[in-house]
Amino acid sequence: MTLALTPVIEFRDVRKSFAPGRPILDGLSFTVGEGETLALVGPSGGGKTTALKLVNRLLDHDSGDVLAFGRDVRAEDPIALRRRLGYVIQEAGLFPHWTVRENVEAVPRLLGWRREAARSRSDELLELVNLPAAEFAERRPRELSGGQRQRVGVARALAADPPVLLMDEPFGALDPIARRAMQREFAEWKRRLGKAVLLVTHDLREAFRLGDRVAILDRGRAHQIGTPSEILASPADDFVREFISDEVPVA
Amino acid sequence: MSAYLNYFWDRRAEIAALTGEHLVLVLISTLVAVAIGVPLGVALTRRPRLAKPVLGFANVVQTIPSLALFGFLIPLPLIGGIGARTAIAALVVYALLPILRNTYAGVLSVDPAIIEAATGIGMTPRQRLRSVELPLALPVVLAGVRIATVVSIGLATIAAAIGAGGLGVLIYRGVAIVDHRLILAGAVPAALLALAADSGLGIVERRFAP
Repeated sequence: MTLALTPVIEFRDVRKSFAPGRPILDGLSFTVGEGETLALVGPSGGGKTTALKLVNRLLDHDSGDVLAFGRDVRAEDPIALRRRLGYVIQEAGLFPHWTVRENVEAVPRLLGWRREAARSRSDELLELVNLPAAEFAERRPRELSGGQRQRVGVARALAADPPVLLMDEPFGALDPIARRAMQREFAEWKRRLGKAVLLVTHDLREAFRLGDRVAILDRGRAHQIGTPSEILASPADDFVREFISDEVPVA
Repeated sequence: MSAYLNYFWDRRAEIAALTGEHLVLVLISTLVAVAIGVPLGVALTRRPRLAKPVLGFANVVQTIPSLALFGFLIPLPLIGGIGARTAIAALVVYALLPILRNTYAGVLSVDPAIIEAATGIGMTPRQRLRSVELPLALPVVLAGVRIATVVSIGLATIAAAIGAGGLGVLIYRGVAIVDHRLILAGAVPAALLALAADSGLGIVERRFAP
């Protein structure tokens, strides 16, 4: 696949620390092209989630540039920006007091869509994530399995048709079988919807399965960014070599 | 037993009227306490630095013996004087703490992941408060209202001491003439009111559990 796509998200030498002298991001640079999935992977504490939250302004960076749609995120109204970035988190973060349908329609309603428009959109998305509205729309999150909740989380993120999805360990809380099923479905949604995705995971297999390109992060820096086959074929340094040999047993 | 029932029955009109006064005192003071306590509790969650001193102050006020507080309020302008207004002011003071504390605790108890999700999908702080934090905190807030109401029903009997009426009138009169039937004519309905409020508001509380 070609990678000469317009970047939808771009990080240029981004730095961020929560405490002086202890950078969580230490000069991070990468791009996510249109329709591309970039997986950020690495040990915990490496800065993956922090990087993701800089995009939708849940956090602000100290220096460098974070661009979304070609514009500095700090110049944008965070509320409007977030409504253009689908956000999926571990355990889905669903609103427990709302039905599945109300959860999925959350962003369209924030955007002031008409009721019928929001409703037909939620029908469509529940269909897409294999939770037929007739059966699931009126249920509450606690009446769903972990995998079903995660599907609702994806549907909610897609509801207003954002060009970008930010996914933070989206399948992290699932058992291996549900996880594998969600990964397959993810590949299918992606093929149908053509969204750009910035995916955070600690699981290299997941990163390799879902990412068009993978960025291996540790201590706030990208040790290598490339396609899974590039990384497997020529690890950039010892850290990457060790990380991939720990995670992916050589066949 | 039947002698008591007959005694109550003969005074049913007076008991009913005083029960009505009692309910009005409790209702008004609880509503005012909710109107002050809920917004203040929410505000404290936004200003954690103020939370400790404000809750601490409310705690201390709570320890003032109720009869003394009624007495303290009488000479104050606007809220003071003899009568229901002073009693309501004192009851508000006592009802405030459980409502304030539970609102504060309830809003803070909402899962941070859900709050972050709400922020992350693009809710403004106000939308997040109204459609996520308050609804999820509601059972805890209502538990505070329930405690406040039950406490107020008991305390309101003392309001009779400053001429505010209510079931305390029968109790004070009974004490004055050492007639335990008269004391019970005030105490039993007050206890029943408290039990009814407790279970009624308990049902409301469970109804709103997320």
